[in-house]
Amino acid sequence: MTDQTHAQTVLTTQDGVPLKVSISRALRRQKLRSVLLVAPLFLFILISFVLPIADMLFRSVENPLVPGTLPNTVVALQVWDENSGEMPPEEVFAALAADLKVAVAAKTHTRVGSRLNYENPGIASLFRKTGRRVKRFEEGDYTAQFLKADKKWGDVGVWQTIKQFSSPMTAGYFLAAADAQRTADGVQFKPEDERIYLFLFGRTLILSVTITITCILLGYPIAFLLSSLPLRSSNLLMILVLLPFWTSLLVRTSAWKVLLQQQGVINDTLVWLGIVGDDSRLALINNQTGTIIAMTHILLPFMILPLFSVMKTISPTYMRAAKSMGASDWYAFWRVYFPQTIPGIGAGSILVFILSIGYYITPELVGGTSGIFISNRIAYHISFSLNWGLAAALGVMLLVVVMVLYWLYDRIVGIDNVKLG
Amino acid sequence: MTTERGASVRFDKVQKSYDGETLVVKDLNLDIKHGEFLTMLGPSGSGKTTCLMMLAGFEPASHGEIFLNDRPINNVPPHKRGVGMVFQNYALFPHMSVAENLAFPLQVRSLGKAEQQEKVKHALEMVELGEFGSRRPAQLSGGQQQRVAVARALVFDPDLVLMDEPLGALDKQLREQMQYEIKHIHENLGVTIVYVTHDQTEALTMSDRVAVFNDGVIQQLSSPDALYETPQNSFVAQFIGENNKLSGTVTAINDNICDVRLADGTELKADKVNVNAVGDNTTLSLRPERIEIAAVDSMENRVKGHIEELIYLGDHIRVRMNVAGNPEFIVKVRNRAGEQKLAEGQDIQIGWFASDCKALDPVG
Amino acid sequence: MKLKSILIAATAFAVGSTAALAEDMTIVSWGGAYSSSQNNAYHKPYMAANPGVNIINDESSAEAVAKLRAMNEAGNVTWDVVDVVASDAIRLCDEGLAEEIDPAKDLAAAPDGTSAADDFGDLLVSDCFIPQIVYSTTFGYRTDKVGDSPPSDICAIFDTAKYPGKRALEKRPINNVEWALICDGVAKDDIYDVLETPEGVDRALAKLGTIKDDVVWWSSGSETPQLLADGEVVMGSTYNGRLFALIEEDKQPVAMLWDAQVFDLDGWIIPTGLSPERLAAAKKYIMFATDTQRLADQAKYISYGPARKSSAPLVGKHAELGIDMAPHMPTDPNNAKNTFLYNYEWWADNRDDLDAKFQAWLAK
Ligand SMILES: Nc1ncnc2c1ncn2[C@@H]1O[C@H](COP(=O)(O)OP(=O)(O)O)[C@@H](O)[C@H]1O
Ligand SMILES: [Mg+2]
Repeated sequence: MTDQTHAQTVLTTQDGVPLKVSISRALRRQKLRSVLLVAPLFLFILISFVLPIADMLFRSVENPLVPGTLPNTVVALQVWDENSGEMPPEEVFAALAADLKVAVAAKTHTRVGSRLNYENPGIASLFRKTGRRVKRFEEGDYTAQFLKADKKWGDVGVWQTIKQFSSPMTAGYFLAAADAQRTADGVQFKPEDERIYLFLFGRTLILSVTITITCILLGYPIAFLLSSLPLRSSNLLMILVLLPFWTSLLVRTSAWKVLLQQQGVINDTLVWLGIVGDDSRLALINNQTGTIIAMTHILLPFMILPLFSVMKTISPTYMRAAKSMGASDWYAFWRVYFPQTIPGIGAGSILVFILSIGYYITPELVGGTSGIFISNRIAYHISFSLNWGLAAALGVMLLVVVMVLYWLYDRIVGIDNVKLG
Repeated sequence: MTTERGASVRFDKVQKSYDGETLVVKDLNLDIKHGEFLTMLGPSGSGKTTCLMMLAGFEPASHGEIFLNDRPINNVPPHKRGVGMVFQNYALFPHMSVAENLAFPLQVRSLGKAEQQEKVKHALEMVELGEFGSRRPAQLSGGQQQRVAVARALVFDPDLVLMDEPLGALDKQLREQMQYEIKHIHENLGVTIVYVTHDQTEALTMSDRVAVFNDGVIQQLSSPDALYETPQNSFVAQFIGENNKLSGTVTAINDNICDVRLADGTELKADKVNVNAVGDNTTLSLRPERIEIAAVDSMENRVKGHIEELIYLGDHIRVRMNVAGNPEFIVKVRNRAGEQKLAEGQDIQIGWFASDCKALDPVG
Repeated sequence: MKLKSILIAATAFAVGSTAALAEDMTIVSWGGAYSSSQNNAYHKPYMAANPGVNIINDESSAEAVAKLRAMNEAGNVTWDVVDVVASDAIRLCDEGLAEEIDPAKDLAAAPDGTSAADDFGDLLVSDCFIPQIVYSTTFGYRTDKVGDSPPSDICAIFDTAKYPGKRALEKRPINNVEWALICDGVAKDDIYDVLETPEGVDRALAKLGTIKDDVVWWSSGSETPQLLADGEVVMGSTYNGRLFALIEEDKQPVAMLWDAQVFDLDGWIIPTGLSPERLAAAKKYIMFATDTQRLADQAKYISYGPARKSSAPLVGKHAELGIDMAPHMPTDPNNAKNTFLYNYEWWADNRDDLDAKFQAWLAK
């Protein structure tokens, strides 16, 4: 044994360079080339995927405005006990006056006001109003001057809010996203009539599952038909399947309305056929039914395409073999054909489910009040309230939910059981 | 073999067309006996698979009737025919283990669990795969998959098993081994097997009878040796084994022997098989191993030939000659001690018996 | 969705690199009839008078707030003048995303010498906002579905016994809660005091709850006219200009219910972060586009009232229909017997909070 190791010498090339060094040198150029080849893709993923998610994570917890704009106030507030029920001391008012004068000059006081208004409605106008007055504040007795500018400064709640959000990081957005808030007794759920997000998360998941299931139920026979037709007719049908992709959202929406509304084509036909009465027309739009119908329509291709490509690879001889062994059509389908299409169902379901969880325009247009999703609220906070922190927190929660579901899916079905073709 | 039961399968004037324009199977009449190993042999596209599919019930016959155990089955759906089937690509269900594949036809028949296991085990042992029950088909070699497919077609004890080019995907050595095994199983179980192949060796080695297909028509139905020894027409003669062709015209007919004059004037005597009258054109068919370079006096036919090429093959020598204007005339010469020395460019005398030379329908 | 901010920033960056040659000016508005009225009344005469300026129309006003923030964060503001509703202007101003305007310096005085500040009066609701039009959110109803007694009172929307059928209301609390409280017996002046308390909010929602099952909630101003035209609703709220088009241009059997109409303002802001030259150019445009004549001209093309008092007497006939526009203005004395002005300050403070409650209520 030892003899052998002694005898082993490093293999070299004819020039005496160790063979391994020589090999890695020869491979280096090849490696460099492959790195260069994937570099654009890597950069693209980094810029369009990793960075935005990191940005979102960061936004959901950062809180730079309050400590940045009101540095003296934040320090002065540290000695005040927010649970005492007492007003903060005069030093705090003095510090706030000093901070506000700077902020007004920089025109940033209203931004802090808007930020704090998310937590305590009324602070926006309080800061806006006080900002106009603070320039004229005199030395001394700031408490009185603030109270004179707006009596709301006498509200302990305002000061509690400022103190609560005075650190550069905050869990406030996540609390809000979970319908919770920090109270004197710790974290608690908001009053019943203000809870909305958890409910919408639940509804989003339930509706997305429903949409996924309707997509499976409708897409499976279509994909089956497509895969068993000769190429020419299946191509034609495939174009019809893809048609929803080529119509603009507005055209599609108007089409749904014309079809589904109470005075619409479907209801008219049903009434004409005498299936439903004129006074009991079906509500097919502006509710969950509308959302499910419209989104199933849009997302159906994402179910059909993976199913089709999986079915295409299943040779018809399997069914023949099963029948030759005595299986009826149905039994052969269920025991032999269907199990082989499960990877396609898995792939289609993941696609449809994840896409539908993020949809918001279609639910907004046809969902009425009972068919809207959590993403509609995210869109609201991005576009209207400008509460991007809350939008980010909701987005993070959605991402976590999706990842948990993905993990569950992997545990139950197995992710390698997913096939796109 | 139990012939008293009548035919296992009967095709009665069956015709098949897929498109309504061309007949893929033309007027097929065929009786297959119980326990028989019948092979459908023919070039690709000759309609063999179509016949099998009609028998299995996957394609309807366009005309005529098919009987299974004397029962007309045109309106019986495939799963009620009780016919075992082996497909060219095995069609083993990829999502099931080998044992589950074998249990499938038994489950369909609602057999008890214990009986199922018993039969599966037995079937696996029959194909010598006792250890492999829990594997997936993808984890088996091609030959092993093939055996599973055979076992699966037999496990539910069908009277009739159809096999469509089951060995087509195997390499030569495995194929020969499997031919033997299938033959062996057939002898042990006594099932009727209808076997489709385009490989003549396979057909000749395995079958009780061979139906040679061409262009949707059975050209000849007979035992392998008869097929080789007494081909009924030029197609069969050419398709089965090696064969020399000489074209000529019939000049006289005496009972079973006819005189034929070739284009260069050579007069030959031949076995009258597929000619009717003096003046008919004919193609003479002659097996290379029936030609002697040392012609004996009793041979009716003797001609001169010019040696074009010699190919040394160990046990015999292949001699390509120009005979009566046919430069592709092959003679097989046994490699025996004391045999006369041959050289390329030599002119020699060759000969054969009239009974070895078949006067068939003219080709080309 | 959550990626939107970064994507917008990235887009803004990409677009920014191509925008703004010295003479290009990007003006953002709502699109449709509204943008074309601005094009006719402002852009065309401005470009005629200033041949060096090229106005680029962008129809992104609906997403203006979010996009301006994204551009601002990316440090690349590509818009020069943006048309927004007053409440958005207040928010943009608070966020430091809009420039403050000095009416004395930046806006033209009225022809009679009245200062701009006095001419606009109370309508200068934010330091950053230059009002342009007064529009109102009001109701239209189907004249053929209300019998002999057409509604004349806002509370008709809560009277499902007298006016059965669906109503279209906007899917947000603003306006709806005010109307609910009025019809629940709250005096107009007390409305916001009542709404300030949780009980007041509950009261408003309870009143809306009486018709919740009869409401189709809209989120885009075009929905109500369509719903009215299709006969899906018997009455519905929307912007008065949309109803004008439905009644006068499309000739639908619909009439206006002006009672308790809520005035709102639409106007310009200039984004912060422009270079001094672009800022000066934007201000020059604003000075022109918001003068007395220009505001009066716009009313030729769309039935929204000019925001200056001095423009009202100059309002003429519709440019295409040739009808007198004054009676169709929400500000016309006949129409403005009972009106509201959107309480910007109050809603700026309470919008998000009440919206959450409203959405929670809707979802129940
Ligand atoms: N499903 C089908 N549709 C149309 N034509 C077919 C079909 N199957 C086979 N054919 C045609 O029928 C003829 C016979 O085919 P087949 O029975 O498969 O021949 P073999 O099995 O002897 O090679 C061929 O010409 C083939 O092209
Ligand atoms: Mg075949």
